[in-house]
Amino acid sequence: MATGLNSSGVDARRHGSSLLLSHRARRVQRITGLLGSGFLLAVTSLSTFAVLFIFFFIARDALPFFQLQGFTQFFTSAHWYPSSATPEFGSLAIFVGSGLVTLGAALVAVPLGITAAVCLSDVLPFSTRQVVKPVIEILAAIPSVAYGFFALVVFAPLLQERGGQLLQVASWVIGAPMAILGVVVAGDLLTDRIPAGARSGARWILISVLGAVAFWGLWRLGVSLGGITISSGTNALNVSIILGIMALPTVVSVAEDAIQATGRELREGSYALGATRSETILRTILPAASSGIMAAVILGVMRAVGETMVVWMASGNAAQIPQPWYNMLQPVRTLTATIAGDMGEADQATGSSRFHVLFAMALCLLVFSFICNLVSEWGVRRTRRKVGR
Amino acid sequence: MKTINKVMAMMAVVGMGVGAAVAADANSIVVDGSTTVGPVAKAFAEYYMGKHQSVNITVSESGSGNGAKSLINAACDVATMSRPMKNSEKKAAQDAGVLAIEHVVALDGLAVIVHSSNPRGNLTIEQIRDIFTGKITNWRELGGRDQKIVVISRDTNSGTYESFNELVMKGQKLKGAAEYVGSGGAIRQRVLSTEAAIGYVGLAFTEGVKTLQVNGIIPTPETVIAKTYPIASPLYMYTNGRPKEGTALHDFVNLCKTPEGKRIVEDTGYVPVK
Repeated sequence: MATGLNSSGVDARRHGSSLLLSHRARRVQRITGLLGSGFLLAVTSLSTFAVLFIFFFIARDALPFFQLQGFTQFFTSAHWYPSSATPEFGSLAIFVGSGLVTLGAALVAVPLGITAAVCLSDVLPFSTRQVVKPVIEILAAIPSVAYGFFALVVFAPLLQERGGQLLQVASWVIGAPMAILGVVVAGDLLTDRIPAGARSGARWILISVLGAVAFWGLWRLGVSLGGITISSGTNALNVSIILGIMALPTVVSVAEDAIQATGRELREGSYALGATRSETILRTILPAASSGIMAAVILGVMRAVGETMVVWMASGNAAQIPQPWYNMLQPVRTLTATIAGDMGEADQATGSSRFHVLFAMALCLLVFSFICNLVSEWGVRRTRRKVGR
Repeated sequence: MKTINKVMAMMAVVGMGVGAAVAADANSIVVDGSTTVGPVAKAFAEYYMGKHQSVNITVSESGSGNGAKSLINAACDVATMSRPMKNSEKKAAQDAGVLAIEHVVALDGLAVIVHSSNPRGNLTIEQIRDIFTGKITNWRELGGRDQKIVVISRDTNSGTYESFNELVMKGQKLKGAAEYVGSGGAIRQRVLSTEAAIGYVGLAFTEGVKTLQVNGIIPTPETVIAKTYPIASPLYMYTNGRPKEGTALHDFVNLCKTPEGKRIVEDTGYVPVK
């Protein structure tokens, strides 16, 4: 035994010495290691510097505009006549246009996206999810000019010809399930206190009364929407819907990741306490994933704000504040479309306000997405901390 | 499609170095600019390249303003424009050492177009101006159907816009609700599919839509040449310096004066120069 131990010790020592590198080889290794990490650092900092340089150059060309024209007109006037003899650079209407279109896109993408994310992660069986998720992600692979072409050539004429009917159908599709759900829940809650004997009958009476009222309201809404004629199909509603669909894959994948990240333990804990699946999803998983879902929403919004091609082709590009401001059926102009459309006219050689105003807009967009990015990053971190990962 | 060209042209402006290298080649001609002159330039290029296999001509359409900019940046050999160069552009060209020489290649009437179902057959210049400034907002005010007028204009980057502004608007501003689109084809597309729309395009873009008489005169080659049609303007090509005789560039910009060139101009829907 003792000799055996001894010999194996010698063995180990011999192996150890052969594993030791010579002085030269060690130096070569250290230098290649340094070179390698230096190269990686350079590549990484390149993208960081690119961001900083973009910020710097845009700010450099944006500041002269504010020096020449001041802040007041740019942010408070809605008169956008940059190429007239006495140019006016009031961009309020353009900011409102960007905001309106983004709001519309968020209204489309957020409810659909979060519902789809919940469905993908907690409702559908695994095999179905493997098929559905890639299909949703294909939406992100369609080039935006194809969306724009669709919006201009198919969707806009459709809105003009059958706009009222479309709105009517949409109000039913969205309103009917919500009304049914609301009526059933309200009926349940309101009859909770009634003694058990009369409860069931009272519930049915209440539900049918409430249901009749809700459907009468929906019918009236549908009729009034059906009477609307849309004079111009290239409007805020058109691009909002298209942008919403474009933002959908972003919202779905990020929200689904956040919901998945809450983990199996949380779900099992909730079920063990006797909660149903809907209670688990609504009361446990969604609150736990809320910061990540917020990040998903913000990323989706950024996608909508920054999109150029679709809005340039299909928003109408009219620099006006719709009357009233939430009227989605009027053409609007967005920041991105203005930058893309006016770049050719902007006179770089003479360094006019006409040129710098576009950079001022770009700077506003950049600052906005920078803030959004920070907020979503904070959201993602908070989710990770909350679920302990 | 034309909007893509515009984006590409913007990239081209950024990558001037590449453009300059292309422009230096004697046997290739790079054409950039107006979407209105584009069809003529493309037809010329096709005809010329068919006759001279060794010459390569590329035509981009990114708007007159972009064309001028490309010429100044030496990113193209020929800038097509549907308006004359502005003084500010001439000055920028001078500063960049570019001597912009003007060639009139065709004449164009700006047709005012409406949907084919519109009962209105003519308007006066004043009525058109009132529609575009927002003084008249409903077709009913002009004796038509009770429909809100959808006003469609070219974007401010286009020479057609400048011509319209000068010949019709006379310095008055377009109303805020006016929609802007990126090419003549896109205006035609919008008017084709919108009952209440009114727009203005070059004569080559009037297929399928109703062309209005302006002050009682319909835009035709004859009325444009006779200058009785009130909204007409020349179409230009600009080169850097006068092209030397015998070069491909010289032949290309002077093609419009040959009988074949005149036929090509007519085929594309414009009016040849005499």
